[in-house]
Amino acid sequence: MRVRCKVNGADRTADDVWEGESLLYMLRERLGLPGSKNACEQGECGSCTVYLDGTPVCSCLVAAGQAAGREVVTVEGLSSGDGLSAVQEAFLQAGAVQCGFCTPGLVVAVHDLLERSPEPSDPQIREALAGNLCRCTGYEKIMEAVRLAARGER
Amino acid sequence: MSVLDEGGAIAAADVDAAGGVGESPPRPDGRLKVTGEFAFSSDLWADDMVWGATLRSPHPRARLVSVDVGPALAVPGVLAVLTHEDVPGSRRYGLEHVDQPVLAFDEVRYQGEPVAVVAADHPEVAARAASLIRVGYEVLPPLVDPEAAVLPDSARVHADRPNLLRHVPIRKGDPEAAAEVVVSGVYDVGMQDQAFLGPESGLAIPAEDGGVDLYVATQWLHVDQLQVSASLGLPPEKVRFTLAGVGGAFGGREDLSMQIHACLLALRTGRPVKMVYGREESFFGHVHRHPARMWYEHGADKNGRLVYVKARILLDGGAYASSSGAVATNAATLGIGPYNVPNVVMDSKVVYTNNPPCGAMRGFGAVQACFGYESQMDKLAEAVGIGPVEIRVRNAMEEGDRMPTGQVVEGPTPVAELLRLVEGKSPAPAKPDFLPGGTANTTRGEGVVRGVGYGIGIKNVGFSGGLDDFSTARVRLELIGGRPSVLVRTAAAEVGQGLVTVLAQIARTELGVAQVTIAPADTGIGSAGSTSASRQTYMTGGATKAACEAVREKLLARLDGPGLRLVGERVLDAGGEAVASLVELLADGAVEATVEWRHRPTSPLDPETGQGDAHVQYAFAAHRATVDVDVELGLVRVVEIVTAQDVGKAINPKAVEGQIHGGTAQGLGLALLEEIQVRDGLVRNPSFTDYLLPTIMDMPPMRLDVLELAAPHSPYGLRGVGEPPNISSVPAIVAAIRAATGIALTRVPVRPEHLTVERP
Amino acid sequence: MQFLSPATWAEALAVKADLPDATPIAGGTDVMVELNFRRHRPPALLDLTRVPGLASWSLEGGRIRVGAGLPYSRIMDELGGRLPGLAMASRTVGSPQIRNRGTLGGNLGSASPAGDGHPPLLAGGAEVELASVRGVRTVPVAEFFTGPKRSVMAVDELIAAVLVAPAEGPEQFAKVGTRNAMVIAVGSFALALHPSRQAVGTGVGSAGPTPLRAPEAEEFAAAHLPWESRAALDPETARRFGELVSAAASPIDDVRGSAAYRRHALAVLARRTLTWAWSELCG
Repeated sequence: MRVRCKVNGADRTADDVWEGESLLYMLRERLGLPGSKNACEQGECGSCTVYLDGTPVCSCLVAAGQAAGREVVTVEGLSSGDGLSAVQEAFLQAGAVQCGFCTPGLVVAVHDLLERSPEPSDPQIREALAGNLCRCTGYEKIMEAVRLAARGER
Repeated sequence: MSVLDEGGAIAAADVDAAGGVGESPPRPDGRLKVTGEFAFSSDLWADDMVWGATLRSPHPRARLVSVDVGPALAVPGVLAVLTHEDVPGSRRYGLEHVDQPVLAFDEVRYQGEPVAVVAADHPEVAARAASLIRVGYEVLPPLVDPEAAVLPDSARVHADRPNLLRHVPIRKGDPEAAAEVVVSGVYDVGMQDQAFLGPESGLAIPAEDGGVDLYVATQWLHVDQLQVSASLGLPPEKVRFTLAGVGGAFGGREDLSMQIHACLLALRTGRPVKMVYGREESFFGHVHRHPARMWYEHGADKNGRLVYVKARILLDGGAYASSSGAVATNAATLGIGPYNVPNVVMDSKVVYTNNPPCGAMRGFGAVQACFGYESQMDKLAEAVGIGPVEIRVRNAMEEGDRMPTGQVVEGPTPVAELLRLVEGKSPAPAKPDFLPGGTANTTRGEGVVRGVGYGIGIKNVGFSGGLDDFSTARVRLELIGGRPSVLVRTAAAEVGQGLVTVLAQIARTELGVAQVTIAPADTGIGSAGSTSASRQTYMTGGATKAACEAVREKLLARLDGPGLRLVGERVLDAGGEAVASLVELLADGAVEATVEWRHRPTSPLDPETGQGDAHVQYAFAAHRATVDVDVELGLVRVVEIVTAQDVGKAINPKAVEGQIHGGTAQGLGLALLEEIQVRDGLVRNPSFTDYLLPTIMDMPPMRLDVLELAAPHSPYGLRGVGEPPNISSVPAIVAAIRAATGIALTRVPVRPEHLTVERP
Repeated sequence: MQFLSPATWAEALAVKADLPDATPIAGGTDVMVELNFRRHRPPALLDLTRVPGLASWSLEGGRIRVGAGLPYSRIMDELGGRLPGLAMASRTVGSPQIRNRGTLGGNLGSASPAGDGHPPLLAGGAEVELASVRGVRTVPVAEFFTGPKRSVMAVDELIAAVLVAPAEGPEQFAKVGTRNAMVIAVGSFALALHPSRQAVGTGVGSAGPTPLRAPEAEEFAAAHLPWESRAALDPETARRFGELVSAAASPIDDVRGSAAYRRHALAVLARRTLTWAWSELCG
């Protein structure tokens, strides 16, 4: 089937989409946007987090057809040209990136957290990011990155 | 005297290139990783690419009677279906023993063993076709109990070899030694998974010369290349490997997964073939941490000074050997911990079973043993009537002491110091952010009891036992756009730990040049050895440093004067006068050097006594864990972790912290959550729904002390960093739970049941 | 496989009547896992996310009508005051990303004994509104589940909404799992106090083939709570209540926990939640 949707501000069309395909697969394999990651494909790790109509979701759990006509923003859509977003910059500065497989999903989730709650407390950060697994960092530097981004955005 | 002789000192002292050794410059791949542009092995794409899928055995043990690929071949979109008959070269591969079939023949020996592979134009088509392959199995009873498998008259997992894969005995002192205070215990460690987030994946592209190019996430390109080329029946140079982005490794990528399969399919179809495991398949696609049962007896005098340790360790190697022998050796040599013990009887064994194959995982044999010996130390402290830190300090190894193998521990050995550091930290906050149960509303404080526990561990760094352990680096210094630039090329696998940052730092420090590029890792240069055993900063860092020194020597030879030094981007003579600029010197062309660099040789252990200088270097870390336990519900939340580790020299302090945080988290996972549950050879929880990794809600704040006590012999005095945090965190957390509950916990992971309805 | 995306509820029901094997999908948090893990290949997916009104709630005849497609995050944000037990349960569902997509309709449709939404619906005496081209019927939640992942739904029916009275007294929900977040319930318990009729509602999750009530515990608490005096709760009453909740369960051993632990934990959760709810009632 054919799926048309808006991705990172641009109208996109994917052809030959299998009806059981996820939005994640469509983004990665058909629309050339492999930034969203495929770590568990069951909504447990958050590495495929994207905005769907402004709400962060696991794109592995959205059927591609459900995104038709909707607006999707992926990690690729959060930086503009050469400029990193404050969240991306904070992840770099804090050393919150190791293997980086969880990073795109976390960047989207943190972006959303700080939009809703610009000065989150530590418990708020932890609760908001409970759905983003990281296997490398033990989360300490991710906490630091969020605090740093929050300070920067204030 | 050549400049090279004093090179290290000059470089470290005189050169002021920002982003050098000891600083924490940003990762060169960081920008790509935060924007999503970094190409992981599962992100690769090629024109005309097709997808591979694997059919795996549902049985832990069965005779393979027939394989009918006809129905799969008939599916539209399918290009090839291959079985063991299509393997042109060696039908088996393996790291220590060539015992693992590329595709099963005669018999399958574990659930998930690959039987056939399919290439098709969509992953869904490939998977559906694989499911249509008709395999005739004659199901056999699996051998799943390691204690039964180790018996001499046991049935065999492999007809042509005994179940006992390796027995490592260590004998020191008097085997009959007796002591006033004796404590004993039996301890179990469950099967942990590396659970790297980036699944096994890669892209194989057939080449015009009849060979194949493979872009893959791995820990050791060259050992992959040797195994894959042998099975493809091709010379190694026709099987070219390039490292693709690696989404974590932790030991789980030391063995092959999809490498041979993808290459076979690419060569058969003439099309690029991409293979990407899903999470469920990943649980079957790589080895795991060996489950262990350990019997310990510690004898001490009435003051708690150890007189003897007798220990037996039995590791379940699963169906194929992987690196089991080395794991058993580590468990043996490190198995009494960083303590002085005059008399040791240690027997570490690893056996074949029909359980999932086990091999490398961060900590590699030292993790299991540490849970055993540290549990014993706490028990001994209680028997003697002193504190947990005191018992450890009284027995702590110091510089110049000997391991049970007879090897002298050289250089700073701050075992007591690390313990005192974590002990001396202020207590954890009285009011934690969350109670046990997190946001699930299970308690408002009812039943919550706090406990504190300690652990210390020891780990070897680098390859041991006489292995020729080396790494290769090529460094090229040249003018690019009129500016001096360095290109560092190695085959070392960056798996997330930050090696690419560290190599650039070393080049900046050694050559005083800010602009450093790290070339992609591939097999076009000599081996770097594995990204494992906490060894790459030491080994490939060492090779890069040596190659930089060689470049510097060649460069200064262009001027032919005495006592020349490279400082910043200028050459100074013996009197400190500038005689040339680097830009001028490089105008004559690039300078390049390739160095194959080795650490000091080690020797194998004596097969009877386990004596020998087997290890290159030792590393130590200590942990203090503070936990809250809901003693009624058996729920645990770690409140805080304090840790201290000697890293010799923090080449990149921020990356060092990241390793300590992450390793500690994996220890917390083993202590509380993570276990592949296997029953009758069948994996019961191959998903992230039921194999639980620590979330950010499970990890507490950590406080770190990083010591930099220069180690002898290593580059910059560094010690390997990656594994120690994974080792002592486990017993510290369990000890804290014991302190809160009074329950004698003998198994990890600790489950809520162990704290409630199944109290021993 | 077909992908069907009806624009109206009537169209959705017509499709379901024509293609009874079509799998309804809303948040996808169960359905897509089945697809991604290749466990299920339905002939069609019936996307309900474009049906107007399904993702909303309203007051209807004194009850709250929670649309089957209302995600958990909105239940937490918008219904915390009226349905505190359901909102508490919603907060324990998966992760924020899952709560942004997962729905009560999906939870009921999957009919997992571990579904976090079920116990508060049982405790609150909710009804499920089922619709088909044949008409609309309501089924008490307590009668909805017939077995593990099975319910009374006919093949041509879709879940339209859940009807539940706003809380008139304190409600609680608690769940045990081995992890401190994002975990499937090893056992869960919901409690609702109905002071006006001096009644107690219960719901138990992950401790039997279906989510279930604990009727004996409800009767015991209704009879023994000091409704008139509003005196402090006798710890013995709370303990006995816990025992009876535990006795109502028929859990199994599985990879997430043992039957013995589940029974044990339920008794503790029931005791604690009754204590909290009663002290809330008595201010």
